[in-house]
Amino acid sequence: MTYLIDRRLQGKNKSAINRERFLRRYKAQIKDAVGRAIKGRSITDIENGEKVSIPVKDVNEPRFGHAHGGVWETVNPGNTEYQKGDQFNRPRSGGGGAGRGKAGNSEQTTEDDFIFELSREEFMNYFFEDLELPNMIKTQLTQVVEFKNQRAGYNISGTPSNIHVLRSLRGALGRRIAVGGPSRKQLTTLEHALRDLREEGAEDDDPRVLDLKHQIHHIHTRLLAIPFIDPIDLRYSNRIKVPKPSTAAVMFCIMDVSGSMDESRKDTAKRFFILLYLFLKRVYEKIEVVFIRHHTAAAEVDENEFFHSRESGGTVVSSALHMLNKIIGERYSSGDWNSYVAQASDGDNWDNDSVLCKQLLNNAIMPRVQYYTYVEITDGPPQNLWEQYTEVASTHANFAMQKIVTPSDIYPVFRELFKKQPK
Amino acid sequence: MPRDPANPRALPEQSEWTFDLIEQAHEEIRRVARKFGLDTYPNQLEIITAEQMMDAYTSVGMPVSYNHWSFGKHFLSTEKSYKRGQMGLAYEIVINSNPCIAYLMEENSLTMQALVIAHAAYGHNSFFKGNYLFRTWTDADAIVDYMVFAKNYIAECEQRHGIDAVEELLDSCHALQNYGVDRYKRPAKLSVAQESARQKEREEYIQTQVNELWRTLPRREEVQKDAPPPRFPVEPEENLLYFIEKYAPLLEPWQRELVRITRKISQYFYPQRQTQVMNEGWATFWHYTILQELHKEGIVGDGFMLEFLQSHTNVVYQPPANSPYYSGINPYALGFAMMTDIKRICENPTAEDRSWFPDIAGSDWRATLDFAMRNFKDESFIAQYLSPKLIRDFHFFAVLDDDRSDKLTISAIHDEAGYRYVRQQLAEQYNLGNREPNIQVWQVNTRDDRALTLRHTQFQRRPLNQQAHEVLKHVARLWGFDVRLETVDPSGRVVSSLECRREKRARY
Repeated sequence: MTYLIDRRLQGKNKSAINRERFLRRYKAQIKDAVGRAIKGRSITDIENGEKVSIPVKDVNEPRFGHAHGGVWETVNPGNTEYQKGDQFNRPRSGGGGAGRGKAGNSEQTTEDDFIFELSREEFMNYFFEDLELPNMIKTQLTQVVEFKNQRAGYNISGTPSNIHVLRSLRGALGRRIAVGGPSRKQLTTLEHALRDLREEGAEDDDPRVLDLKHQIHHIHTRLLAIPFIDPIDLRYSNRIKVPKPSTAAVMFCIMDVSGSMDESRKDTAKRFFILLYLFLKRVYEKIEVVFIRHHTAAAEVDENEFFHSRESGGTVVSSALHMLNKIIGERYSSGDWNSYVAQASDGDNWDNDSVLCKQLLNNAIMPRVQYYTYVEITDGPPQNLWEQYTEVASTHANFAMQKIVTPSDIYPVFRELFKKQPK
Repeated sequence: MPRDPANPRALPEQSEWTFDLIEQAHEEIRRVARKFGLDTYPNQLEIITAEQMMDAYTSVGMPVSYNHWSFGKHFLSTEKSYKRGQMGLAYEIVINSNPCIAYLMEENSLTMQALVIAHAAYGHNSFFKGNYLFRTWTDADAIVDYMVFAKNYIAECEQRHGIDAVEELLDSCHALQNYGVDRYKRPAKLSVAQESARQKEREEYIQTQVNELWRTLPRREEVQKDAPPPRFPVEPEENLLYFIEKYAPLLEPWQRELVRITRKISQYFYPQRQTQVMNEGWATFWHYTILQELHKEGIVGDGFMLEFLQSHTNVVYQPPANSPYYSGINPYALGFAMMTDIKRICENPTAEDRSWFPDIAGSDWRATLDFAMRNFKDESFIAQYLSPKLIRDFHFFAVLDDDRSDKLTISAIHDEAGYRYVRQQLAEQYNLGNREPNIQVWQVNTRDDRALTLRHTQFQRRPLNQQAHEVLKHVARLWGFDVRLETVDPSGRVVSSLECRREKRARY
């Protein structure tokens, strides 16, 4: 007896659980790999999957085996030149002497990394996990502040001003037909009977005629008792509030690149910017990113230069704010753009420049942007810039500032910065 | 629409398969296989997708298996190479079970499906049913059920004890899996029903035995104080996992059961590891013979045959040792050549064959091949049947690599003086006992620190690989106390040793 079975539709993804076990086991290494990937990747490109590589020795499953050494005698095919007793040197690379084909025993085999792909979903999980991101969704929903009313069908309750006449009457008509149906049918039958009697020549005072007339009258009365419109028929136009998608946003990343912003601080800043980008991405259809870096002078640069250039010098924060103001004015001033600014710095600034920054923000920038966040990446005491910015924050609700010491602060700070604003 | 109107049974000349065509092809293959006297388990052919094929051969090639990260690892690497086109998938997987399950991949052409059916469902299948190693060591009726039992049991353990605890233990068992087989003892056949019925009983029983061995209560008076403690184990034990299952002092009953499961699976695959050349050779010989026969009968056409021959030729290609594609001896090539050669010796023996193989030259080839299939494993099969002609055809030569000498030496080639030597060396090469280090349980310190000593008896002065220390840690995890591994030379002198000290920790 033979069976031919089509298994194709069954048992798909049977390895999913083993795959998940694998990811679970190598979580630490994968997190490292994700960390490396973030460094090498642009902010706008963060949401793709990623090839991850783990050193092969880490995923190796050890077994007892022979190493090269002692005596090995192997039989190989394809002799063209040798005679018994011939001698020749061991092949190069020391370990191959056991005869080619013994690669399984050799520990000199090159150890490539074990490479596999993380899906986008998995990648984001690891990314957020690193940021200790418990519920991104909530934060996002609270962020949508503008709503528009939109029709959403009909409702059975509402205010009188919203009664939808056509719908209500249509409902009433249906109800009347449904409720009156049997009586009306009966009425027709009775009327036929009456007409037949009349044609047979029955008189008005014929008891059968009287009886029929009585019944007809009774049914008429019942039909008339069906209300023309009943509360049950009423339909109200339903309107719901939907978040109004703003069409476009621009995100300004401003970073201090003075000498004190080392690689790890830049990395922290980058993670913060990525988070902000992902966040805005969910609210806006279109989002642009502008990178401004500054030391004593500011410049608009591309992302690569933003994070990797080694240029450095003293610090004049106002130079960046001037530039920001100018760019908004030139390119993003129309009502379509929502501007967000994220500034990262270690807080070191020239004394009198900080006051200038405050004025610039208060007078020019804050009225033009949706939100301005300042993160100070430092473990030191607050500097004069921090003090001046505190004053800005006290007068503008859409200005927020926080301090970040280690990467694990990024997410809590982010949440703090983007928590729902009191109205 | 049949290809040949005169032959209603002929398969159409098309490459797309359909269920009807597969059944038709299978019917013909079965008929021919029966004609040649192949005795098989019933067949169960399953059409699967490429992804399912990857699933199947990354979880130890079984239709069901427990979950473990290393299967996920193999899946990821297989998937990667497959998607990049670096690797084709195996055409077939066949499972030594009753009924015998053979997987057919949906993207194969009709020709390939026919090849796989002949190869797997009649070649491998008859080998599983006939070869003495499989008959002795595996129970085809029970394996699938046993795997279901194992999967459920392990899943249950994960729920009760956590994934980490189970994973840790399985890692350690996997590291010793090649040392979880009995080479000489014969297992008692048990049905799975009995197996799981006895599982609970076994748990309790073993635990009482272990407790007896490790009891810490004060000894009674009648035990003499000066007598040396009896050696334990009395004889060295080659099956490390078995020893651990029975005697590891600290394992919980469920942990012992897990050790047992991995050991059973290892034992089940042990015959496959010993019969690669024979098994593949036999299956390849039969797909070739059966399809030739179908072609002769006009059931398959020339186009079919061309496609078939191309695949067949690829499978049995043996690159020479100096080729960049050389990666050892291709078991399909050697096995197929030997099976074909035995048939030739039976049918058209030369004078040389008559002097080398007086018993089989001129005998009935089917009976001779059947006997060879049933009664040998790779090592003995090669020692018995490799002919001088094949040694010449393959241009076999033996290379001696002795680390005390500066140079490699050609110790024998394919000439009159070398035939027996080459044949013996090649047979040795397939001796699992030589390929894997010989490591056995040597002694347990029952009185004192409960340390376990393993002994590696050196073969040809070959050292252990660098992973040995890692493996030793796994042994220590299972054993629960210190573990030593002594390497001894053939005279019994300890030449080196490794040690893994177990952290003394409180057990709660």
